[in-house]
Amino acid sequence: MRVLLRNPKRELEIAGPVSVGVLLRRLDINRESVLVIKGDTLVTSDALLDDSDTVEIRPVISGGCV
Amino acid sequence: MCKQPSVMDVRRHNAGFCAEHFLKLCRDQVAKAIDEHHMIEHGERVLVAVSGGKDSLALWDVLIELGYDVEGFYIGLGIGEYSDESGRYAQAFADERGLTLHVADLRADHGFDVPTAAHVTNRVPCSACGMSKRHLFDAAALDGGYDVVATGHNLDDEAAVLFGNVLRWNADYLGRQRPVLDARPGFPRKVKPLIRLYERETAAYCVLRGIEYIVEECPVAAGNKHIGYKEALNAIEVQSPGTKHDFYFGFLRNGVDRFPSDLEESGDELLRCVRCGAPTTAEVCAFCRLTERAHGVAPVQLGQKRKAHR
Repeated sequence: MRVLLRNPKRELEIAGPVSVGVLLRRLDINRESVLVIKGDTLVTSDALLDDSDTVEIRPVISGGCV
Repeated sequence: MCKQPSVMDVRRHNAGFCAEHFLKLCRDQVAKAIDEHHMIEHGERVLVAVSGGKDSLALWDVLIELGYDVEGFYIGLGIGEYSDESGRYAQAFADERGLTLHVADLRADHGFDVPTAAHVTNRVPCSACGMSKRHLFDAAALDGGYDVVATGHNLDDEAAVLFGNVLRWNADYLGRQRPVLDARPGFPRKVKPLIRLYERETAAYCVLRGIEYIVEECPVAAGNKHIGYKEALNAIEVQSPGTKHDFYFGFLRNGVDRFPSDLEESGDELLRCVRCGAPTTAEVCAFCRLTERAHGVAPVQLGQKRKAHR
């Protein structure tokens, strides 16, 4: 599957099937810090991803001034 | 029991939500925050501080959905392409919904931008950025006759600020970290209706509502302390869901009233800035002092090394 990452923008190819939770652990990404979007839909950590999927791992932490 | 597929897990509620029920959860949490802290009355005019990011656009959308009278205010900060793109998202959001967005620009209106301000003050960009935004939002709200300024601070923002202030026991800042700052002469009322939502939830709200926002991190904020505090708290949250919520709301319940609540209580007398009339503890307010220091200074490019400027 294609995995799109941000900050910086980059793309990985990961073999499926794999669950969202396992994918995040494999990439050492804290699930509290991201959303995972398959196509145009949010998916939860137990969702299964296949080789044909394209997923975006979108960071949600912003550091705006307060 | 809802039969729709779950699209969002909210671990501190130990529940997964379908799109429809998650959006309802977000609106309900904002309504609860507004109600519990007496933030906004229906019929009042609200000015939302809009950045083009997920929080401010989600906030504007939810407030409209809840029936409030809301307009937006965006400030171009001159942070290169990041600011240009942020402004486009803010304007597109307003245009697509027929909403009113007021726009100001630091460089065009005041002769400097955030990178140049950081250069002349020899301080981190976030310092001049935050001060300028607070000054201009206050002025815009008072000049425009708005009853209240609403900002997109979410629960992660508040928990991270609290964490930083507790680490250093900044009593003045702790006393002022409240969901509502009441209006005072020269200051509008300021409210934070997103305090019951994690930023992962405001981002999910935007995705599910089809709200496009700037995802990229502010290039000058990258690596700042605030983000480090958020990462530290998320490292705890993933092991113990609900910790950020309990940390912040426990402070509101048990801690905040133990600290002085505003400048008056801390003993500083407020004067009027001789340049702009804004409240200040000095003859000239911090924003006008910055404007004067930056006057005529050539724009500083992003990434240019900062050095002392006298």
